[in-house]
Amino acid sequence: MQYLLLIHDDEAHWGDMPEDERNAIYGEYTRYTEGLQSRGILVGANQLQPSSTATVVQVVNGETLTTDGPFAETKEVLGGYYLIDVDTLDEALEWAAKIPSARYGHIEVRPIVMREAEVAS
Amino acid sequence: MATARNRAIDRIRREQTLARKTELLARAEQLPADEEAVIPDERLELIFACCHPALATEAQVALTLSLVGGLTTPEIARAFLLPEATLAQRLVRAKRKIRDAGIPLRVPPEHLLPDRLRTALATIYLVFNAGYGPPVRRELCGEAIRLAAVLATLMPDEAEAHGLHALLLLQDARRDARVSPGGELVLLDEQDRRLWDADEIEQGRRSLERAMAMRLPGPYQLQAAIASLHFDETTDWVQIALLYGRLAELNPSPVIELNRAVAVAMADGPEEGLELVDALPGLERYHLWHSTRAELLRRLGRDEEAAAAYTRALELAPSETERTFLRARLSTAMR
Repeated sequence: MQYLLLIHDDEAHWGDMPEDERNAIYGEYTRYTEGLQSRGILVGANQLQPSSTATVVQVVNGETLTTDGPFAETKEVLGGYYLIDVDTLDEALEWAAKIPSARYGHIEVRPIVMREAEVAS
Repeated sequence: MATARNRAIDRIRREQTLARKTELLARAEQLPADEEAVIPDERLELIFACCHPALATEAQVALTLSLVGGLTTPEIARAFLLPEATLAQRLVRAKRKIRDAGIPLRVPPEHLLPDRLRTALATIYLVFNAGYGPPVRRELCGEAIRLAAVLATLMPDEAEAHGLHALLLLQDARRDARVSPGGELVLLDEQDRRLWDADEIEQGRRSLERAMAMRLPGPYQLQAAIASLHFDETTDWVQIALLYGRLAELNPSPVIELNRAVAVAMADGPEEGLELVDALPGLERYHLWHSTRAELLRRLGRDEEAAAAYTRALELAPSETERTFLRARLSTAMR
């Protein structure tokens, strides 16, 4: 089963952090990602540019409305994600707890809807 | 290399799990066969799925009663004073989450077990407390005892599972004595001992002995030990105060400290008890803190202060049964 681990945290917190501390966390992220890869459960992962770069698009009555984002103004924003393939929610939750940002922000774990064709392949 | 080793470790773990499951299945077959709602060998797995921390507490309770206990939706709704539609929706959502989020139907692996077992035991205790009242709802207490028995039978090496089973039996043994025919609460030392359920006391004490022999004390065993001491002809308040002290170490809580203060008052005198009660922070809105103070003040002959404390307890008491009890106490203090 596939799960999307959404990393929500406070961007200001990252900015305020001393550089060596930030580098240490990046190192942790690298090791975490390698851990997922070596076990063959990593489907995809990405870090996102800061939410100040976000743009929101909406089509109203056939017209495209484009506004400066993000979609919701909250203190904690989506900063990146991992897409993993594991057997049960328990494993997904354990991997979520190992994401370094789990100590600073929140990780939302969302199961992916698997269409029948994908399940069969 | 590392991958190969991990795979080997995984295989060994799987085999160990399988061996344990086979043993569990054998044990499950020894359970009384009266609960036919679920095939016995799946009950333990079901309990852990229903009590998964990814489900909200209310959903855990409702699901456990429905899927493991075999209670109908109207029965559960009535027990929790909820509209049937609300409860039905809660159950549907929770079942959907189990299926769609991939909550596993299994006994949690070793490293998750202590945490998950704690949640399962807490859920069963919640069911019991919902039935203990007032008002008393017997079917919930009975169901909680059955669930605790299932856990204790299927996880015979878990001391706290036996501890919870013992605690529920010992509390339930007083059900007929703790509320008068008129629905009023009866204090422990004023209860009619003939109304205590001797069979349940005996069973509860046996479970407690089994648990304590494992030498892994926990909150349920300590509470069961306290409940057990309360059945003795003369109550050993010194021992009870000590047990509350241990309980407070494991589970720091002002409510437990309040109980310890009551035991100290019984062992050493109301003055010592009152000193502890007055030193407890954050209980100003808890009716039992005021009623405990009131009781101790009354014993010290400080009737006016006692009456004031009873009045405050009366204002905060959540149920009519408790208010009736406090009104009676207040009138004694004013005499």
